[in-house]
Amino acid sequence: MIAIVDYEAGNLTSVQRGLDYLDIPCRITSDAETIRQALGIIFPGVGAAGQAMRTLRRTGLDELLRERVERGVPLLGICLGSQILLQSTPENDTRGLELIPGHCSRFDPDLTEGGLPINIPHMGWNAVYGADKAPLLFSGIEEGTEFYFVHAYYPVPEEPYWLMSTEYGVRFCSVLGRDGLWAVQFHPEKSGRPGLTLLNNFHDYCRKAL
Amino acid sequence: MLCKRVIPCLDVRDGRLTKGIKFEGNVDIGDPVATARAYYEQGADEIVFYDITASHERRDIMLDVVDRVASQIFIPFSVGGGIRSVEDMRAVLLSGSEKVSVNSAAVKDPDLIRRGAEAFGSQCVVLGMDVLRVEPTGNAPSGYEVVIHGGRKRMGMDALQWAREAERLGAGEICLNSIDADGTKDGYELTLTRLVADAVRIPVIASGGAGSPHHMAEATNMGHASAALIASIVHYGDYTIAGIKELMRQKGVPVRMSW
Repeated sequence: MIAIVDYEAGNLTSVQRGLDYLDIPCRITSDAETIRQALGIIFPGVGAAGQAMRTLRRTGLDELLRERVERGVPLLGICLGSQILLQSTPENDTRGLELIPGHCSRFDPDLTEGGLPINIPHMGWNAVYGADKAPLLFSGIEEGTEFYFVHAYYPVPEEPYWLMSTEYGVRFCSVLGRDGLWAVQFHPEKSGRPGLTLLNNFHDYCRKAL
Repeated sequence: MLCKRVIPCLDVRDGRLTKGIKFEGNVDIGDPVATARAYYEQGADEIVFYDITASHERRDIMLDVVDRVASQIFIPFSVGGGIRSVEDMRAVLLSGSEKVSVNSAAVKDPDLIRRGAEAFGSQCVVLGMDVLRVEPTGNAPSGYEVVIHGGRKRMGMDALQWAREAERLGAGEICLNSIDADGTKDGYELTLTRLVADAVRIPVIASGGAGSPHHMAEATNMGHASAALIASIVHYGDYTIAGIKELMRQKGVPVRMSW
């Protein structure tokens, strides 16, 4: 069973619907015992970083997630979930879970693309490059495939954890972490077949890691 | 580079499409879920559902459609039509839609945009705007006026000012429909599209007038739109979405080509 961590950070049912479609058993949960029994953990999130971290600390989920990662349980962070795996983010001046070294930045409104100022948030489909840095997660997904993004902040991990990149006025990190502790800035659950393939690859990894 | 989005729009009444949409194969003509699924498989980047169910009591039918779409289609979609309150928005979002669009209710009560953005985040709130070309006057100095009820009622509001106001209130996106161009298949209203797209920093979806992929490339290249809404050119089989995207790509528009 995959645990989808519920920490009151947005609607989590879209991740669940994706896993249901793939026949991957999953549960949306904030219960420590259920999370301890999971083969792998998906850490999603939509919303603001400050509120998200407050909820994680209040419920003790922050310590639990660190414990599971230390025990080698695979974890996949999605969107805001990927940002708060880092040490800090300027969004609400928030200290993160510190599972991956690095911080976050906000898109600079002066950036341009194709001669026009960028819209913020970065919303829509954009290509992700560097699949050889995350071969297990991107197995069967072509280099440069587009995924669906919605975000105003982006992760800036330390170099060995910067796995894949995307261009939006600036080249930013869109996949970070290491084998078994991945985070993606885009929404695989909203990225069509390539996104479902990624979720399936994560589940395959969880089963093998057991 | 961020791709320009191709977005088919489906009109739904009482849980069925208002126009029978023809597909090769055995898609149930009239079923919004099967049709959305077919567009998803053809490479649609997003789908817009517009619920024109007249009776408020029958809106639960649409929520069931939304739930079934969300379980089968793994791209973003929005639902609009008759959304009057934060509670209406919540019901649609909880049924599995990423975005909800407000139109005439926001014209009457602009604060609805702010309340929606506060409750669910700006990325969830799309402002639908129906716009009519008019003589530039005191009420509409840009020469574009906001209308409601499918263009039947002029609101004495300048379209450009309304777009800026909606952005300030927290709208995450604007779906900009030209009443003049709608249904003509002569192309989008490029002057309007560019005027609004250049005036705000949120994405603008061009709507009304699509007759060919060439028009869609115009909307993004010349109109500076982030996305192009289409209806009849795909509903009646003139083009497939994959075919449209290939032609847009040839015109230099960045579009998503693998799905």
